[in-house]
Amino acid sequence: MGLPFAISQNSVPSVPNGSAAAAVLSAGIGSLAVALSTIIADQSAIAKNLLSIYKPTGALSGVTTFAVLVWLFAWALLEWRWRSRDLPLKRVNLIAFTLLALSLLATFPPLGDLL
Amino acid sequence: MEITTRSLWTLVHGIGFGALYLLACSGAIALLLLRSTTNVQNDSAPESNRILGIYLAVMAGLAWLTVLSGTYIVYPWYRAAAPAGIANLGAFPRSLLLSSPATRQWHSIGMEWKEHVAWLVPIAITMAAFVAIKYARDLKHSPHLRSALLGFVATSLFAAGVAGFFGAMLDKNAPVDGGQIIHLVKGE
Repeated sequence: MGLPFAISQNSVPSVPNGSAAAAVLSAGIGSLAVALSTIIADQSAIAKNLLSIYKPTGALSGVTTFAVLVWLFAWALLEWRWRSRDLPLKRVNLIAFTLLALSLLATFPPLGDLL
Repeated sequence: MEITTRSLWTLVHGIGFGALYLLACSGAIALLLLRSTTNVQNDSAPESNRILGIYLAVMAGLAWLTVLSGTYIVYPWYRAAAPAGIANLGAFPRSLLLSSPATRQWHSIGMEWKEHVAWLVPIAITMAAFVAIKYARDLKHSPHLRSALLGFVATSLFAAGVAGFFGAMLDKNAPVDGGQIIHLVKGE
C-alpha cells in the first residue's frame, strides 16, 4: 500500500499517528463494504443465496459478516503498513468521511436501488 | 401483568442496548468537544482522557450487543415466513407489513435501511474507542484526530437514530410478539 502520504506538519504526536490513520480509514472501508455487499445481495439472487450463511437471518448474516471481515482485514493490513509512520490525517479523514457518506447514502433503499 | 419472550428480547435490543447507546452518544460528543477547548488542553487531564477511552469502549460494547441481538435474535422472528393461507399474520410482522399498501414501506424502506445502516455504528464506535485509548495523550495535540472521532461518533448517532426510529415504528405497526409468556405480576 505505497500511498504517497507525506509527514504531517499539523501535529506533534508523541507516537506515530499511523495506527490512528489505519483505524479511521479502515472504518470508512468497512462502512462502504456494508453498503456494497447490501447492494450486491439485493441485485443478485446468486449472491443473496451465497450470503445467507445463517438461514433464519437470510442474506443479512452474510452481508454483515463479509463487511466486518473486510473491515478487520483492511484494518490489519493498514495497521501493519502504517503503524510506525506519521501520515496527513486531514487527507485520511477526508477519504474516510467520503466513504462513510457514500455508505449512508447507499444503504438508503431508494438510493441503493438506483445503483 | 405479563410479557412474551419475544417482546422481552425486543425490549432488551431496542431499549436496553439501542436507546442506551443513543443516550451515550450525546455524552461522547460532549467529551470530545470539551477536548477542543483550551481549558482541558493541559497535562493534568490524563484521567479525563482515560475516562473518554473507557466511555467509548463501553459504547462499542453496547453497539455490538445491539446489532448482534437485533440481527440474530429479533430479526429472525420478524422475517419468519407465514404459512400459505394463514388468516392472522400477527405472528409474522414482515408478512403483516407487506400485506397492506399502507404499511408496506415500513418494511421496504424502514426495515431495509435499519437492518443495514445499524451496522455502521459498531464499526465507527469501535474505531473511535481504539483511537481514544491508544492516543489518549495525543488527542489534545491533534485537531484532525479529534475531528475524525467526532465525525464518526456523530455519524454513529445518526445511524443509530435511524435504526431506533424505524425500530420503534416497525414495532408499533407490526410488533414482534409470541413465545413463552412471562408473568411479571400475578393478577388477582
